[in-house]
Amino acid sequence: MKFAIVRFPGSNCDEDALLAVTEGIGQEAVYCWHKDHDLQDADVVILPGGFSYGDYLRAGAIARFSPIMQEVIAHANRGGAVLGICNGFQIACEAGLLPGALLRNASLRFVSEPVNIRVESIATQFTCNYHIGQTLQVPIAHGDGRFTADADTLERLEGEGHVLFRYVTANGHVTDRANPNGSARNIAGIVNAAGNVLGMMPHPERALDAKLGSTDGLPLFTSILESFMAGAKS
Amino acid sequence: MTRFRIALHIVPRRGILDPQGKAVSDALHSLGFPGVQDVRVGRFLTIDTTAESAEAARQSARVMCEKLLANPVTEDFEIASVEVS
Repeated sequence: MKFAIVRFPGSNCDEDALLAVTEGIGQEAVYCWHKDHDLQDADVVILPGGFSYGDYLRAGAIARFSPIMQEVIAHANRGGAVLGICNGFQIACEAGLLPGALLRNASLRFVSEPVNIRVESIATQFTCNYHIGQTLQVPIAHGDGRFTADADTLERLEGEGHVLFRYVTANGHVTDRANPNGSARNIAGIVNAAGNVLGMMPHPERALDAKLGSTDGLPLFTSILESFMAGAKS
Repeated sequence: MTRFRIALHIVPRRGILDPQGKAVSDALHSLGFPGVQDVRVGRFLTIDTTAESAEAARQSARVMCEKLLANPVTEDFEIASVEVS
């Protein structure tokens, strides 16, 4: 199985994403530069964290026009898996691959800390190796993470099970205090209607090694791998 | 073709929390302007462009806002002026 990791000017979690794939789940990963027109036949695309194009205009707004993003959008429209982490989530929203937008944190502060998120759905290729309601500890590091969408969109996301992760307390409760950025309904990660594009602000690729505090990100990558293998067999 | 200067305002939509606006509002109260009721912080852009007419320039500006300059989920835009430059 092959992963493409897109590098924009200003990406800074690209190496973590590569290591998550190569060392975390032992699969092949290649970098794709933002000016490339080719995803190198990758099965999964990762849009990594960072500050693509300096967050000019709005976080993710300029990245969506880069040549590689036209390939990523085509890949997603073919049903290919896309994992947008942090700035990758912002880019996926700006590109129209996911609904909603990420705004400046309500606190106006850049927040870099481990947070607790709860798994809200395991009926996806990204979360099938978790338990429903499981609380994970995963780091966040962002200034623009306040997920916002209109009321109809939020209802649809909730009603159709497209909210995959929510910020919670250590014992799994949704509270305002557990919400690090003011996101609507404590939403930390969503999937598109087709189920092949995941956007999340927390960094699962930074939670793969007990020495770094948590291995709770690993099942996300094994979920992708096992879903792909199951699909390849059937 | 004529040269035009377009001026645009892009502001957070009403009803969406604007923490920057709130912080500025609080600072203005501290500065002695208790009458300040609401502040919204947005962006102001000037765009120099050529176009067939002022109306064509305005139409282009609208498309620019809808497709890139404003986020349709969270922001409203206003074309403040289109002037021959």
